[in-house]
Amino acid sequence: MSRPDAIVIGAGICGAACAAALARDGLRVRVLEGHLPGGGVTGAGMGHIVVLDDNPPEFALSRHARDLWDAMIPQLPPEAECSPCGTLWVAADQEEFDAARQKLARLTGAGVRAELLDPAQLAEAEPNLRPGLAGGLLLPGDSILYPPLVAQWFLNSSPLIEVRRERASTLRLDAPVRILATGSQLDLLPQLPIKPRKGHLVITDRYPGLLNAELVELGYIKNAHGGAAESVAFNVQPRATGQLLIGSSRQFGATTAAVEPHMVRRMLQRAFEFVPALAQCKAIRTWTGFRAATPDNLPYIGPWPDDPGLWIAMGHEGLGLTTAPAVAELLADQIAGRATAIDPTPYLPARILA
Amino acid sequence: MRELRADLAIAGGGPSAIAAACAAAERGEQVLVIDRQPAPGGQIWRGQTNEWHERFRRCGAQWLGRAEIYDAAPGMTLMAQAPDGPAAIRAGRVLVATGARELFLPFPGWTLPGVYGAGGLQALVKSGLNVRGLRVVVAGSGPLLAAVAAQLIESGAHVLRVCEQAERTQMTPFFRYVAMHPEKWLQAAELGLLLAGRYQTGVWPVAARGAGKLEAVELSSGETIRAEALACGFGLVPNVELAQLLGCDLAGDGFVKVDEKQRTTAPGVFAAGEVCGIGGVEIAIGEGLIAGGASASLDRSFRGVLAAAFRLRGELRRLPQPSTYVCRCEDVTWSRIEPFDNWREAKLQTRCGMGSCQGRVCGASLGFLKGWPPPEPRSPLAPVPLESLASE
Ligand SMILES: Cc1cc2nc3c(=O)[nH]c(=O)nc-3n(C[C@H](O)[C@@H](O)[C@H](O)COP(=O)(O)OP(=O)(O)OC[C@H]3O[C@@H](n4cnc5c(N)ncnc54)[C@H](O)[C@@H]3O)c2cc1C
Ligand SMILES: Cc1cc2nc3c(=O)[nH]c(=O)nc-3n(C[C@H](O)[C@H](O)[C@H](O)COP(=O)(O)OP(=O)(O)OC[C@H]3O[C@@H](n4cnc5c(N)ncnc54)[C@H](O)[C@@H]3O)c2cc1C
Repeated sequence: MSRPDAIVIGAGICGAACAAALARDGLRVRVLEGHLPGGGVTGAGMGHIVVLDDNPPEFALSRHARDLWDAMIPQLPPEAECSPCGTLWVAADQEEFDAARQKLARLTGAGVRAELLDPAQLAEAEPNLRPGLAGGLLLPGDSILYPPLVAQWFLNSSPLIEVRRERASTLRLDAPVRILATGSQLDLLPQLPIKPRKGHLVITDRYPGLLNAELVELGYIKNAHGGAAESVAFNVQPRATGQLLIGSSRQFGATTAAVEPHMVRRMLQRAFEFVPALAQCKAIRTWTGFRAATPDNLPYIGPWPDDPGLWIAMGHEGLGLTTAPAVAELLADQIAGRATAIDPTPYLPARILA
Repeated sequence: MRELRADLAIAGGGPSAIAAACAAAERGEQVLVIDRQPAPGGQIWRGQTNEWHERFRRCGAQWLGRAEIYDAAPGMTLMAQAPDGPAAIRAGRVLVATGARELFLPFPGWTLPGVYGAGGLQALVKSGLNVRGLRVVVAGSGPLLAAVAAQLIESGAHVLRVCEQAERTQMTPFFRYVAMHPEKWLQAAELGLLLAGRYQTGVWPVAARGAGKLEAVELSSGETIRAEALACGFGLVPNVELAQLLGCDLAGDGFVKVDEKQRTTAPGVFAAGEVCGIGGVEIAIGEGLIAGGASASLDRSFRGVLAAAFRLRGELRRLPQPSTYVCRCEDVTWSRIEPFDNWREAKLQTRCGMGSCQGRVCGASLGFLKGWPPPEPRSPLAPVPLESLASE
């Protein structure tokens, strides 16, 4: 490829999705990847495609993204391990059950399928949840997949995409369009007020049938959007392989990727409170990853005001696997000067300067 | 979590561990020996007793059996999953004597029931498996093949053939070494008589055939032998994962690097036996004694002789066919792995090595097939109940 029409920096799921979207518009895209495609945060994340509705822009973005996934999932290869298991939000007490009810109203009001489960229905849906829970909210349309393979699948989607294994050391690259999608690595644009937020995960041996849906406690959002230095929430996913992938923890200020036993302990103890049978399951591996957290819990998607031709796809915190196709579409539409499917304003990076 | 303390904690309970435990305990040190097996003895002395077992019993060292070491923390702490729950073992110094495991190479049919690791079948026989009348082919590489064949014959199996991939000429230094060491004569002579007419060099298995279970073994010579069992191993690879977790450097050949006192590059951590090189029980005992603080005269030259004599031939890299499983935990075939040129990317894109063995099997075979350095070990070193990871 001589001079490309666009250069994407970073081949995580977001950069890869952006490359695929631009190539669909006929642009010749060069992707620069300093390590391995899908080997950054994308290789560490859980792969849960989930609609989150904690605030309207997050809801709009994740919901639109899920629609885009619904169209793509039938084309994914079996190795993408896609499983339409749904999300089951678990309410521990009456207060959380009330929250579930409000969530139900918001979701169904916007046309997203969801079902409220009373304690008996919850026990029937997930017999391994402990007795005495207040109920749950099931979102049957959510799913899970294996992200690194999907990132590579985006990169393979068009002959107009060329991947170069090299690290970009500057943003001054020779192409009319440049997209920054370096995940939690901020050295190319330190002005972005993004903080790395460490998360731990534990994966088990195979226990098919122990759980059916991805289980998340309703308190998860408090944990995800709160500013606490360290927090954990119950979040367990039944992988297509029969393995269980257990999260989640959030930590600001962690400097190394080392697995910290005290966080693993807290996270697992929280999980046992909901699913006691987990205690006997065997762990085969633990690892960590860094989410890219922003001060207002919303990603930066759009043009960078100080540098014409530079576009940003950064700050996706714990939702970038879900939102990647919507992020890519928002950028491609703006770059092409088309109308966007959802209002781009809440995500514009220019808000940093305001 | 239960806490145990010792001056010297020994990971592994084979010959080098037993020798080290005796040497250290007899000098008054408090010694704790941890092994996943129920009884001391390691691979070679499994299910038998000899004078070392006797000495070990008398020396005052403590034994923690059926305990899997799954993690190591800074400050000389080993974590072990024992039958009554997890234990944190805090020690003044640690000896890694975790031995070696067999190298498996993937060929069509290697995952059929009836195909065993050579050492694996030997271990089953030692713990009571009845092989009387079983028609067995033993194949692969290394002196272990002859030992396994002898054990099978003794237990009443029909050993049809022993196939060594190395050419006889390549093995000359090995025969010369044995000839020069009278203590090995008797053993060699016995094996020679036992295996006369059945031991073949320069031949290796290319496929295992059968519907649902092994029925025949296809050899590189073109011959097909009908058999009910294939005992197969292509030499040994050291169990260096714990040593790596403890911060020990490896030498260029993949074994733990030690000095003349068996000290590794990690302060307070020693290593002895097959983790330091494949060379048989005498060297393992000698290194154990030295690591335990005793003196021993030691000739390690047999290691070099073995490595050269049984070096694997390049043709073995062509054993796997496109549909052959390389990672049997995650069912990843050779056709999916073959295009990659590094371990991390192959793993990320195919999930090869992500299963319950965490690449212990496929990592070693890809080390030979592709020349990839084995994956960095991570905690837990073996599957461990979540409860243990969660306990304070
Ligand atoms: C949905 C999902 C399911 C999974 N399931 C399993 C499973 O069943 N079993 C399992 O074992 N794992 C599983 N994983 C594993 C997952 O891929 C991690 O274990 C993976 O191994 C990353 O964790 P790690 O830190 O251990 O990295 P490893 O892959 O072990 O190693 C990372 C290496 O890459 C290097 N590196 C990282 N970034 C850079 C860089 N920018 N430049 C240079 N070097 C770099 C690091 O230094 C390090 O050496 C799953 C992952 C996902 C996303
Ligand atoms: C523990 C954990 C669990 C998660 N679970 C989920 C989940 O279930 N669902 C969900 O939707 N999201 C989840 N996420 C979030 C999701 O993983 C991330 O938002 C998403 O992967 C971000 O993708 P990315 O492409 O922005 O970043 P990355 O995947 O990190 O990609 C960035 C790439 O850029 C490369 N790069 C960096 N600098 C340069 C440079 N200078 N030159 C060239 N290349 C460079 C890197 O090597 C990397 O490959 C989770 C995150 C964590 C940490």
